Amino acid sequence: MRIGVFICHCGKNIAGVLDIKRLVEEAAKLKDVAYATDYVYLCSEPGQKEIQQKIKELELTHVVIAACSPKMHATTFARAVEEVGLNPYLLEIANIREQCSWVHHDAPEEATEKALEIIRAAVAKVSLAKPLAPITVPLTRKVLVIGGGIAGIQAALDIANGGFEVYLVERSPSLGGHMAQLSETFPTLDCSSCILTPRMVEVARHPNIHLFTYAEVKNVEGIVGQYKVTIEQKPRYVDPDKCTGCGDCAEACPVIVPNEFDQGLGARKAVYVPFPQAVPLVYTIDLEHCLNTKRLIVCEQCYHACGPKAINYLMEPKEIEIEVGAIVLATGYDLLPLEALKEYGGGIYPDVLSGLEFERLLSASGPTGGIVRRPSDGKIPKRVVFIQCAGSRDPEHGCPYCSKICCMYTAKHALLYKHAVPDGEAYVFYIDVRAAGKRYEEFVQRVMEEERIVYLRGKVSKVFQRKDKLVVWGVDTLSGMAVEIEADMVVLATAIVPSKNTADLAKLLKAPIDEFGFLNEVHPKLRPVESSAMGIYLAGAAQAPKDIPDTVSQASAAASKVLGLFSQEELSLEPIKAEVNLENCDGCAYCVDVCPFDAITLVVEEDGHKHVEVKKALCQGCGCCMATCPKEGINVAGFTLNQLKAQIHALLKEDEDD
Amino acid sequence: METISTNKEKRSTKLRLVLKKQEDWLKKVEEISGQNVFACYQCGKCSAGCPMSAEMDLLPNQVIRLLQLGAVEPLLNCRTIWLCASCFTCTARCPKGVSLTRLMEGVRLAIFRTRKSDEISPKEMVKETLPQIALIGALRKLTA
Ligand SMILES: Cc1cc2nc3c(=O)[nH]c(=O)nc-3n(C[C@H](O)[C@H](O)[C@H](O)COP(=O)(O)OP(=O)(O)OC[C@H]3O[C@@H](n4cnc5c(N)ncnc54)[C@H](O)[C@@H]3O)c2cc1C
Ligand code: SF4
Ligand code: SF4
Repeated sequence: MRIGVFICHCGKNIAGVLDIKRLVEEAAKLKDVAYATDYVYLCSEPGQKEIQQKIKELELTHVVIAACSPKMHATTFARAVEEVGLNPYLLEIANIREQCSWVHHDAPEEATEKALEIIRAAVAKVSLAKPLAPITVPLTRKVLVIGGGIAGIQAALDIANGGFEVYLVERSPSLGGHMAQLSETFPTLDCSSCILTPRMVEVARHPNIHLFTYAEVKNVEGIVGQYKVTIEQKPRYVDPDKCTGCGDCAEACPVIVPNEFDQGLGARKAVYVPFPQAVPLVYTIDLEHCLNTKRLIVCEQCYHACGPKAINYLMEPKEIEIEVGAIVLATGYDLLPLEALKEYGGGIYPDVLSGLEFERLLSASGPTGGIVRRPSDGKIPKRVVFIQCAGSRDPEHGCPYCSKICCMYTAKHALLYKHAVPDGEAYVFYIDVRAAGKRYEEFVQRVMEEERIVYLRGKVSKVFQRKDKLVVWGVDTLSGMAVEIEADMVVLATAIVPSKNTADLAKLLKAPIDEFGFLNEVHPKLRPVESSAMGIYLAGAAQAPKDIPDTVSQASAAASKVLGLFSQEELSLEPIKAEVNLENCDGCAYCVDVCPFDAITLVVEEDGHKHVEVKKALCQGCGCCMATCPKEGINVAGFTLNQLKAQIHALLKEDEDD
Repeated sequence: METISTNKEKRSTKLRLVLKKQEDWLKKVEEISGQNVFACYQCGKCSAGCPMSAEMDLLPNQVIRLLQLGAVEPLLNCRTIWLCASCFTCTARCPKGVSLTRLMEGVRLAIFRTRKSDEISPKEMVKETLPQIALIGALRKLTA
């Protein structure tokens, strides 16, 4: 065995604290170390060349690189040693930067001693390392997209156009998500549904896309490359194959309820489509409001009205099992409920609205036909106050983050309101106007300048009723004056929060979420569309609040990641997997329960002999089994008990000698 | 103007500026000056460079702010608009191309027109020994 130790200066990051010369001298004395040296930047081209040359020249069999965290450059160095024929699993990284020089810059001597211990432990560990080869597992080249908003639509279309099959699952009866509810979109003011509906239709018609609306993902098992997914198709009580979308049933239905699509500002029947351009254009009976129950049929109005006899009150939920290799999460957002903002009259006064409610009032296909009317009395409001950051940037309301889109949509709202009610007055309360996007700032300036909207810098303290007016008490910190506005309507730009049940879905998929419940990316800058659960990708507002251009970009990025994954026939996985030592394992099966990935099963041979077996594809190499086994019967390759023991002994050596 | 409730008597009871559309007065100032007050985004660069700002009770950018809010009362009572030297420094520097100099003039003229009187009496002024340029400047700025 000929171990080479390479110690990196990392400029002054390491060499500015540690005594490199001493480290080299001491490392050279360690058992089995054939060569030790240092270099200013090992990760640089010449640094890597130096390592490669020494491996060849001195016939090194194992390598220790003492440098930064393996998270930074483990791959760089693994590739470098592999290029000269050394198995990359015979390389060990000793982290003497993050775990030593950076944290102990005030005690250089002790730090040098600690670095030496870290290097010694790495040498001990690598001396027991075995060459490993990546394992290959089958790859099902189909994808599941969860959420049929613009994010899910875009990702599904991109992947389907790339030639792979897509299962798109949407919870509500139609595709479209929140974008379908919007009137016009900033900064170009194009009609939202005009640009969205062609995409929805394309999804429905695409030969590679299997669309499941009014459906939910019930269970997911397996790992990247081979997920087994159970989709639950909720019963619509209308046969989608027979329904022509004529609407005769809704005409006949006697039950009127608030329409969720209109944020409750408009009405629908108990048998309904959420909006006329819905995809698929199939009616759904909402059994919660239908006069019939599962056991008792008291009304058959729609049944008789339906020409093609599509109504079936006895429809049952269906379960569909599919297999996919990757999953895109595009579950979108909800708004912080108005009720959370009582000081602004949220949930108390009917004329205090959310941004989405205001979108519906502005929409030509909305409940008021695009005429802005107050919900309380139907009057056209002549003075409207918009309150930005309602709940956002407000740790006390649990949302310290900026919701990112409301500055822009509030400017849009003020403009559209002025166009709808030219003699009306609009006031906007803001903390800062955040308009960072292509042509966004210009849009906001145009709204202020041309529409003469009064922007008031400050937060509103409270909103209360005086006769038929809503009195807004706020401040303008620019002039230093407290202000009062007697408004007819107040629109709150409520904070964006993750959509309902995101946390449950994330748990099912073992995909981490952040402290606010948004899906977490692996790396905020360099890997923004991947979940740390392998094979799971993120798109749209489910990851963080974002507008349509950003949502579409991220969805396409997630799609390209999936297409990249699917460019291989089989999936190659890291060989850091649990291996059973049949000599020691007696089948006690303690490890079966602790494995978080259900990768271990108990096998009973015909002769009654018992032992466990590991499904390599499922194993994530976490080591819970190894820590649990009382008999050293299971080991994670690359991190075997022997290796870890050697590492610990090396670390404790000084103390033993004392 | 009639809708503003920040006059002195009311202020003592009500500390809030009641915001409503104040088009009449503002329109007049904008018409005289040819400026759109809503083009100003309150960056304050005008105030940062104004040579007279040390003497002023309202900063130049606050003059525009009050116009945007329709808060006429504090404007009528301020010294700033009269101290403005009409030097055009703010106009030259404004990133949005707003001519605050012209707006200041607009406010002064709007006041003269409502009051129907001059700020100074030319008869008294000529008695003082002032450089001719100051005399002409003062007469131009402080009389209708
Ligand atoms: C008032 C307002 C105005 C706006 N105006 C603009 C604008 O003018 N311009 C602009 O660019 N952006 C605007 N936006 C932002 C825009 O709405 C979002 O960028 C966009 O909708 C995000 O799309 P998404 O697909 O990520 O999420 P969503 O639109 O929320 O779609 C998510 C979809 O996933 C479904 N879903 C959720 N959970 C599940 C589950 N567990 N299983 C299956 N399906 C599920 C939902 O039913 C929904 O259909 C506005 C937002 C608001 C609130
Ligand atoms: S986008 Fe604007 S309004 Fe919305 S939270 Fe951020 S700063 Fe506040
Ligand atoms: S410099 Fe121009 S934009 Fe800035 S505050 Fe003064 S007038 Fe307004």
